[in-house]
Amino acid sequence: MNLFYDPWPWYISGPLIALVMFVLLYLGKQFGMSSNLRTACSALGAGKAADFFKFDWRTQRWNLMVVLGAIIGGFIASNFMSDNIVTINPDVAQQLADDYNITSANQAYLPTEIFSMENIAQPKNILILLIGGLLVGFGARYAGGCTSGHAISGLSNLQLPSLIAVVGFFIGGLVMIHLIYPLIF
Amino acid sequence: MRYITYLIVGIFFGIIMFKSEAASWFRIYEMFQFGSFHMYGIMGSALAIGVIGVQLIKRKNIKPIDGGEMRLQPKDKGFSRYMIGGIIFGLGWALSGACPGPMYVLAGAGYLPILIVILGALLGTFIYGLVKNKLPH
Repeated sequence: MNLFYDPWPWYISGPLIALVMFVLLYLGKQFGMSSNLRTACSALGAGKAADFFKFDWRTQRWNLMVVLGAIIGGFIASNFMSDNIVTINPDVAQQLADDYNITSANQAYLPTEIFSMENIAQPKNILILLIGGLLVGFGARYAGGCTSGHAISGLSNLQLPSLIAVVGFFIGGLVMIHLIYPLIF
Repeated sequence: MRYITYLIVGIFFGIIMFKSEAASWFRIYEMFQFGSFHMYGIMGSALAIGVIGVQLIKRKNIKPIDGGEMRLQPKDKGFSRYMIGGIIFGLGWALSGACPGPMYVLAGAGYLPILIVILGALLGTFIYGLVKNKLPH
């Protein structure tokens, strides 16, 4: 296995994510990615519209630096450390092709049927991505955190609210994939 | 200088997200189809180490580098906001195939349509801020 170039297995990735959380704790901060969306709204002047955005967003600049780093990290990994092909369970790939005509599984990192520049002009794809993002942003703030803040940080600290949120994440995800996908794809 | 540290943490995080394939739509779809242990293994192993580490921090009373306290405050009690907010988040996670961390990572990886998801997430956050006081928490 070429660790530099091949995808990382779960038993390397998971512990490294925990390490990120511990490094941030040691720096006196909390691991949480969705709070940057609130910070960005505040920096863009949303404080004029709602008190929720009236806070000194400059105190969150450290987290915006983490975001900037994540963008750079994505660039580095995609360009120099990956062939950008994700291999998934062949049965799931077959099901995607049979039911939804998504045939790019095992050939790309993201489904080209949605995320390629040729296909993104389709109104349906734009709506899927816009509404998907909208639900993620709204839900993350309503629940007070996302996968990093609840599923990793909160559960590591044995927080019952985080467990409720993570159960919610999975209910929502399962409903979307099993009940709503057949209606939209 | 401090900002450079956070930048490096972010780069490290971004590489992990991409290389683990947690930023891949396919992996999220496969997870919700229970088609592979991969995503469960990532979250499970991060969590196992996280729980042990947080317990150690508390028992040994380890302090952050600048003194002060570890940011391990309990979350506010409640049910509705976590369950309803969680379900809404989960619907969006499965629809866009991306949660907030991977959104930034995918933008850096050059998948420009992800910018629509980020725009949506900013709008969703903004709408929450507008209607927050009318929602059950």
